[in-house]
Amino acid sequence: MARLKLKEHAINREWCKGCGICIHFCPKQVLELDSMEKVVAATPEDCICCKLCELRCPDLAIEVLTDQDEKND
Amino acid sequence: MSVKDYLRERYFPHMWCPGCGHGTVLNSLLRAVEALGLNKNDIVMTSGIGCSARISGYVDFHSLHTIHGRALAFATGVKFSKPELKLLVPMGDGDALAIGGNHFIHAARRNIDMTAIVMNNRIYGMTGGQFSPLSGLDKKATTAPYLTIDNNFDVVELARAAGASFVARTTTYHALEAVDLLKRAIDHKGFSVVEILSQCPTHFGRKNKEGDATNMLELYKANTAKLGSKALKENPSLIARGIFVDETRPEYCEAYEEIIQRATGGKR
Repeated sequence: MARLKLKEHAINREWCKGCGICIHFCPKQVLELDSMEKVVAATPEDCICCKLCELRCPDLAIEVLTDQDEKND
Repeated sequence: MSVKDYLRERYFPHMWCPGCGHGTVLNSLLRAVEALGLNKNDIVMTSGIGCSARISGYVDFHSLHTIHGRALAFATGVKFSKPELKLLVPMGDGDALAIGGNHFIHAARRNIDMTAIVMNNRIYGMTGGQFSPLSGLDKKATTAPYLTIDNNFDVVELARAAGASFVARTTTYHALEAVDLLKRAIDHKGFSVVEILSQCPTHFGRKNKEGDATNMLELYKANTAKLGSKALKENPSLIARGIFVDETRPEYCEAYEEIIQRATGGKR
């Protein structure tokens, strides 16, 4: 399988409650909370597109968009 | 279709607390439904009362938000009248095994084709953190400030003994595994039970000093092990995850159809 390439982290700030699950379990420490206690991708260049944040997010607020998604659409 | 196509987005953000595991269960369930490519018009979700039961409001399936503990009873009615529909029945631990305990064992005994999802957070969250039949011994709750003295049910053993033909357990930490188990449970013909351990950082976690949601997830990682794994063999006190029962047995609606055919001499 070809390596997925990140397009962007689509974060729904209205839905995010800042629980920190995605931040804690990110294997590359890509995410962090901003001053509003919402998640932001601080170092998106480190993202390996494992999508663990997307899978575990209890608020369905984060989506990892990759180049693969574009091809599927 | 993407996961969002199965949501009623107008009700978001949802009412669950920050870090609540029930949101992750919803997330996993939608991914399972999406992976199976089910049509949302063919799915009925019935739920009872409690934090967990609010899930039926957020999904864009046919949904019934019914009375406490009776989600399986309503689901039985729907399935019996329209056997072609897929029934998903998410319940909380109290909803499934305290208030709805009898419905649970009898639905399992009949082996009627539906998927019961027990979102086990070991507490009555919505009403303020009273202990439930799944809290277990020596736990703190608002109704047990000096620790509980009640033993807990083992959902897997109970479902197995009652006759469920598919029984599995996972946690909200193991999200990929949860998607996989839910897929298999939904595909299974007969009564399937999936217990998903789900963190309640607001009540259970706080009362029992388990920290925030991330810490509770770390505990799921540390305190569970896959069925048949080396870790479980070395330390049987760990909570086992995986598929415990997967059998093919006569399904209730099909058996009833046979009775109809016999009674009408095949004229219907």
